[in-house]
Amino acid sequence: MVTDPALVEPVEFADRSGEPGPLVEPGANPAPAGQWRHRHLLDVDVLTADELDLVMRTAATMAEILARPIPKVPALRGWGVTNLFYEASTRTRVSFEVAAKNLSADVVNVAASASSVTKGESLIDTIRTLEALGARILVMRHATSGAPWLAAETFGGSVINAGDGWHAHPTQALLDLYTLRTHLPGGSVAGRKVVILGDVLHSRVARSNLWSLTAAGADVWVCGPATLLRGFEAWAATGVGGTRRFTVTSDLAAALRDADAVMALRIQRERMASGLLPSLREYAARFGLTRERLEAAKPDALVMHPGPMNEGVEIAPDVAAGSQSVITDQVANGVAIRMAVLYLLAGAPRPAAERTE
Amino acid sequence: MSGRRIMTAEEIRRAVIRISHEIVEKHAGTDALVLVGIQRRGVPIARRLAEAIREHEAASLPVGALDITFYRDDLSMLAQQPVVKGTDLPFDVTGTTVVLVDDVLYTGRTIRAAMDALIEYGRPTAIRLAVLVDRGHRELPIRADHVGKNVPTSREELVRVRIEEIDGEDAVDIDRAGAPAAVALPVQ
Repeated sequence: MVTDPALVEPVEFADRSGEPGPLVEPGANPAPAGQWRHRHLLDVDVLTADELDLVMRTAATMAEILARPIPKVPALRGWGVTNLFYEASTRTRVSFEVAAKNLSADVVNVAASASSVTKGESLIDTIRTLEALGARILVMRHATSGAPWLAAETFGGSVINAGDGWHAHPTQALLDLYTLRTHLPGGSVAGRKVVILGDVLHSRVARSNLWSLTAAGADVWVCGPATLLRGFEAWAATGVGGTRRFTVTSDLAAALRDADAVMALRIQRERMASGLLPSLREYAARFGLTRERLEAAKPDALVMHPGPMNEGVEIAPDVAAGSQSVITDQVANGVAIRMAVLYLLAGAPRPAAERTE
Repeated sequence: MSGRRIMTAEEIRRAVIRISHEIVEKHAGTDALVLVGIQRRGVPIARRLAEAIREHEAASLPVGALDITFYRDDLSMLAQQPVVKGTDLPFDVTGTTVVLVDDVLYTGRTIRAAMDALIEYGRPTAIRLAVLVDRGHRELPIRADHVGKNVPTSREELVRVRIEEIDGEDAVDIDRAGAPAAVALPVQ
């Protein structure tokens, strides 16, 4: 913990023994479950069930802020948050920007297509430059899986992975978990059947959701054409994290039967190698989430989609806009989740050189 | 070793009843009067004040809970982010007289943060402050309107308020704060 006496001075806060500040009174109250110990958020695989719960509870308080007439608090005043996006994005980038602004951080947006990257600047040089320009939290999207890990090795502050290639999209997985918890009776996904349907192969959303949903105890089913499930059967057999099982199938009816929630994934045409799908029409005919197919699920099953949607391909327009759809809630919850992640990372452990106080 | 007891459960009970009378007396009634407890221990104390006022004034005051975490001026200095407890103000504060309630008044920084947080919700006619213990050492020009007990302390000491709803018993103790003191305190 902290040894600097200057930090131990405001003893007033010690009277709130539930807080994990430097002055928590051990023994007065049990420590709050799941304290935050991560400097970066690169994927959800490192998060324990307690830490997931901490993110969810923090997001709930952020949702309270969002419901205010002026949804802004000064928590991250003076913090530089830089959005570095090497891939197109609307909702994720705007969501991070709104979240950072709601916390009073100073936001800089960099679209790689309009930056010195087009002049041949390397990723590492770009990150050093942004850090020198005041970035303390770097929100990064990249088409290459693993790029945020490289960034985290160089960057002195915190890196948030906003999607890397096929690999991971941790804030999407967190907002999906939050949306499920707020809509499912009992507020828990434990024992609930959650179906991830569609282009699983190219989906970082599916991969991150497998970690967080199985950690939270959901019964996860992954469904799609066999060509888009390659590798997942082997993963399912060994289990997520070596223990947590999920089910892989191309049998849509079996997957949807009695499901509590169905998450349709976008067919990622831009990543699709030839030969994986005969045609979009055939995909829609065999795996599209239609009203008739949804009837196999529980009557109040939730319909989710990480967006952007190809309506009429992976999801029928009447299902996407139907009463069971929580797709717009996912977007709104994304802001609360990203506020929670920014807030938690702002208190994360730093390299010694940066601790100047 | 345990600290020195400065308020027993009985003394806390009497202080709450006295403050409840003072609040109503100062406000000359209970119209447009609301109580807002500061998370965490201010919240049960605010509820008790409302209960006492309900008994002797037959008036039921709205009680809210205020989380000041996002308004702290030392967020960047803490080793870890405080857990946010959440704000719940089930009424409009505009036009009301808000009595902020907290367990200990010390530097005044919590109250500064609480006023900033409260003003985000509306424009109260007045904000007053009620605390169970005032231990001195203010760093900001803030004072309490209602005090359960004034306790002279040194900065090295730790005032420990225990409230039944949270800690299982009512008591206020003073500990010498050296580094291990917090650890040495037995769980009662």
